[in-house]
Amino acid sequence: MSHEIVTALVVFVLASFVGFEVINKVPPTLHTPLMSGSNAISGIAVIGALLVSGSRAWNVTVILGLIAVVLAMVNVVGGFLVTDRMLQMFKKKEVKA
Amino acid sequence: MNEFLPTGIQLSYLAAASLFIVGLKQLGSPATARQGNLLAAIGMLIAIVATLLDQAVLNYEMILVGIVIGSLLGVIMAQKVEMTAMPQMVGLLNGLGGGASTLIAMAEFWRLQNSAEAVPVDSSITIILSVLIGGITLTGSLIAFAKLQELMTGAAITFPSQRALAVALVVVFLVGSVCLLITPKDSVIFLSLVGISLILGVLFVIPIGGADMPVVISLLNSFSGLAASAAGFVLMNDMLIIAGALVGASGIILTQIMCKAMNRSLANVLFSAFSSKGGAGRGATATGVVTEKTVHTVGAEEGAMMLGYARSVVIIPGYGMAVAQAQHSVRELGDQLERLGVDVKYAIHPVAGRMPGHMNILLAEANVPYPQFYDMDDINPEFERTDVALVIGANDVVNPAARHDTNSPIYGMPILEVDKARHTIVIKRSMNAGFSGVDNELFYKDKTLMLFGSARDVVNQLVTEVKQL
Repeated sequence: MSHEIVTALVVFVLASFVGFEVINKVPPTLHTPLMSGSNAISGIAVIGALLVSGSRAWNVTVILGLIAVVLAMVNVVGGFLVTDRMLQMFKKKEVKA
Repeated sequence: MNEFLPTGIQLSYLAAASLFIVGLKQLGSPATARQGNLLAAIGMLIAIVATLLDQAVLNYEMILVGIVIGSLLGVIMAQKVEMTAMPQMVGLLNGLGGGASTLIAMAEFWRLQNSAEAVPVDSSITIILSVLIGGITLTGSLIAFAKLQELMTGAAITFPSQRALAVALVVVFLVGSVCLLITPKDSVIFLSLVGISLILGVLFVIPIGGADMPVVISLLNSFSGLAASAAGFVLMNDMLIIAGALVGASGIILTQIMCKAMNRSLANVLFSAFSSKGGAGRGATATGVVTEKTVHTVGAEEGAMMLGYARSVVIIPGYGMAVAQAQHSVRELGDQLERLGVDVKYAIHPVAGRMPGHMNILLAEANVPYPQFYDMDDINPEFERTDVALVIGANDVVNPAARHDTNSPIYGMPILEVDKARHTIVIKRSMNAGFSGVDNELFYKDKTLMLFGSARDVVNQLVTEVKQL
């Protein structure tokens, strides 16, 4: 294995532990927003999509990359917005008469 | 400048990753959740802008078009979706994330194929893994979406030698992977691997029954993170690896929490349709023994009197309430009962609805006061002191069979112990079994009264009647 891969594995394992620790005790009320928020973060794939579609020359790589950009952006924007919509409902509201 | 720019990008990624971690942490507490979501979104924005500054990115016009199209679709979807449709929305978004990761791996394969240099084994392995995880996430999520949207049956779909087929496909995938390592530029082998991954995703989700969908969505959420991480290994990009791992790990934790709420192991959820007990749900209703029992019914007027003159009422909302969009009527009923001095509480099962915590969202949407929400563990001891338990469109989460019937598919699942209340009123459209396909003995008990009708109509009638008390 190359040195690069080993470093990447270290990063992956450490980040996983952080993930486990961060979400320890979540009240059931927040399960759905948490899931949809973390889902939006998985849209980070958009970074990879941007990198592979960067070339000016048209080829299969760029086309696949651009489709990936669209899919990932839907995931990111839709995910964060819908999470916010859900969380908005938990804020305290004035009691209607 | 050449030295400076890459360092700047790396530091931006570090900032973005930190924001993701803080954001996730804050999403775990009601007071800070909204801010946490905002922080994570800012992190994403930083990561995207930093990436656009990368010197490898030149194709700005097309990329911006892609970003705008994707963002617009995302905005529209997020605004149009009904709160009841949230599980399938998250399912669909999972699938898109998985699809993007697969496409990245495919794009990288073609780039390597068309370059003159030899493909390193490391790259082939990471590409294969990325295609596998991403492909399963994509089609698995689409099937989950179709099941929840009722585009296809929500029940478990099994066919003879299904497991054998899955095992065979896995074996073919492994063999194909080895072949690809030997001839790393062979697109036929590569595309076959992509195809097999997509089929495996379908086979993975179709045998899982509707009631287990929350667990599947959560697991696929975790997968979509792992898929992003795998794409990060393909491109050797730390940002993808870190963010993906965070989502992967937090998704696994949520999945575990949910399995615990249903008192089942993950393996049991994923593979129970294959086991011999799997058909028990259908078997129980087919025996005919259960259906011959009698039920007691009640009208809206009498039901309203029972509720209005009770000291304490616990409302148990289920998915039936959600699909009937009855949450606003339910809130009004709660308000009216409170006006009469009734102590009103809402009992929420952790997997009520089709996603964990889904019911809390629906009630919050209808402005039900947050202090009236009670989790299962807090409300269960209260039922013995409750005058009337009002079950609205809930089924499996109140089925006493989970406590004593070892043959029941839901045996062992913690339930809301509604049967311990002095009286129970069950609002339900018909005697049909719930999502899990299991009949519910609660409905046949002497102190249970059935109030048939669509949740919204019936609750509205109750509201009208209670107002006149």
